[in-house]
Amino acid sequence: MMETVKRKYVIPGDTIVTGPFRPEQNVYQDGDRIISTSIGISEIYENAVRVIPLSGMYMPKTNDLIIGKVIGHSSLSWEFDINSCFIGFLPAQDVFGRDYSPTKDELKARLDKGDLVAVRVANFDRSRDPLLTIQDRDLGKIESGELITIAPSKVPRLIGKRGSMIQTIEMATKAIITIGQNGLIVVSCEDPVGLLKAIEAVKMVDAQAHTPNLTERVKSMLGVELGENNDTINE
Amino acid sequence: MTQLMNENGIRCDGRSIDQIRNVSIKVGVLKNADGSAYIEFGKNKILAGVFGPRDVHPKHMADQDSGILRCRYHMSPFSVTERKNPAPSRREIEISKVIKEALQPAVILKDFPRTVVDVFIEILQADGGSRCAALDAASVALVDAGIPMRDMVSACAAGKVADKIVLDVNDEEDKEGQADMPVAYMPNLGKITLMQLDGILTPNEYKKCLETAIGGCKQVYEIQKKALMEKYFKNGEA
Repeated sequence: MMETVKRKYVIPGDTIVTGPFRPEQNVYQDGDRIISTSIGISEIYENAVRVIPLSGMYMPKTNDLIIGKVIGHSSLSWEFDINSCFIGFLPAQDVFGRDYSPTKDELKARLDKGDLVAVRVANFDRSRDPLLTIQDRDLGKIESGELITIAPSKVPRLIGKRGSMIQTIEMATKAIITIGQNGLIVVSCEDPVGLLKAIEAVKMVDAQAHTPNLTERVKSMLGVELGENNDTINE
Repeated sequence: MTQLMNENGIRCDGRSIDQIRNVSIKVGVLKNADGSAYIEFGKNKILAGVFGPRDVHPKHMADQDSGILRCRYHMSPFSVTERKNPAPSRREIEISKVIKEALQPAVILKDFPRTVVDVFIEILQADGGSRCAALDAASVALVDAGIPMRDMVSACAAGKVADKIVLDVNDEEDKEGQADMPVAYMPNLGKITLMQLDGILTPNEYKKCLETAIGGCKQVYEIQKKALMEKYFKNGEA
């Protein structure tokens, strides 16, 4: 049983490992070879192999929290730009309730073109465009903040292990950061200096996502004392 | 007719028969494209930009089961000595098609139904073997865009000049030489995705020419790999 996680830089076509392994994300099996399909970092753990990609578009996944921009609406639904190759659909019933009637309710009154909305992917499969919902806590129209777009593949790094990175930034700058899994991020902060610092930190994570000891460097950039572990910062 | 090879086997541009021209690749040169690459292959200067996966327009081209690949190879009016009409010529349409077909086996678009991946290739300066150089750049740009791929595609030409099989035919050798064979190859899978031949070769020459070209593809692959490593893993280790 292989317990240790082995990491390696790979490009498409690179054989990561040969043998009885289970192919997971961004790899495929050719005979007994496991081959990468993306540029990224390969991981082998518990007989499974996957590649964490360093480039690529956002692929919607059910239950993802994302930030979408309204690009238009029909009489029954809004259409969202969700920074993906697909357009997100938010049905009007989701906002107005079940007694929604296209003759009575005006969609524009609630969400207009250009609005940013925190939404959740309610359903998505390859036969249909992603269905969105705002029926949850913390979802809905975003009224204020700075929008930053980063590569969707770098979102997990921005969140960090158990949210360590994002907590570090939020604690140091007093900013509130809403992260969409699709790479759209809204930063809001009452203190303008904190706002700029938080934006800089997010951009720094985006630019240096694949490098080690990133949390340390973000901390020193934000002026947080080094050597503290994440748990003490949380307290 | 100019002399293409001297008695010592040195070619008109000073190379030996199994030497490729200088190749350099830069990844991610276009900010507005999802993926891009710039290649200098001898005197060839080529930009490749990849957009997508994105919505297909016109809609009727969309495939419900899979993404589609589109490719445009275009030569700038200033890319050759005599001004070239910027409208797509018969030759450019053909090359667009063969490049698309050479990339098709490498990309995996099953996960992107109803979308398109657009590859735009702009020849800024042409110097023979531009379809191979264009393919090399396009393949790197596709990786940069994060399109899932079975393998990279590396391309290089070989040919027959002054009765000898030579690697990487340049413009002069292409025009005056006896044969030109562009080959695109997936180096890790060992599969050929493009093979054209212009000229006449004996069966033995043909075999040797193909082997020579594949050898060139493998050299180009190392350069492509280095260029990608340079952009993505410049600082730090895994």
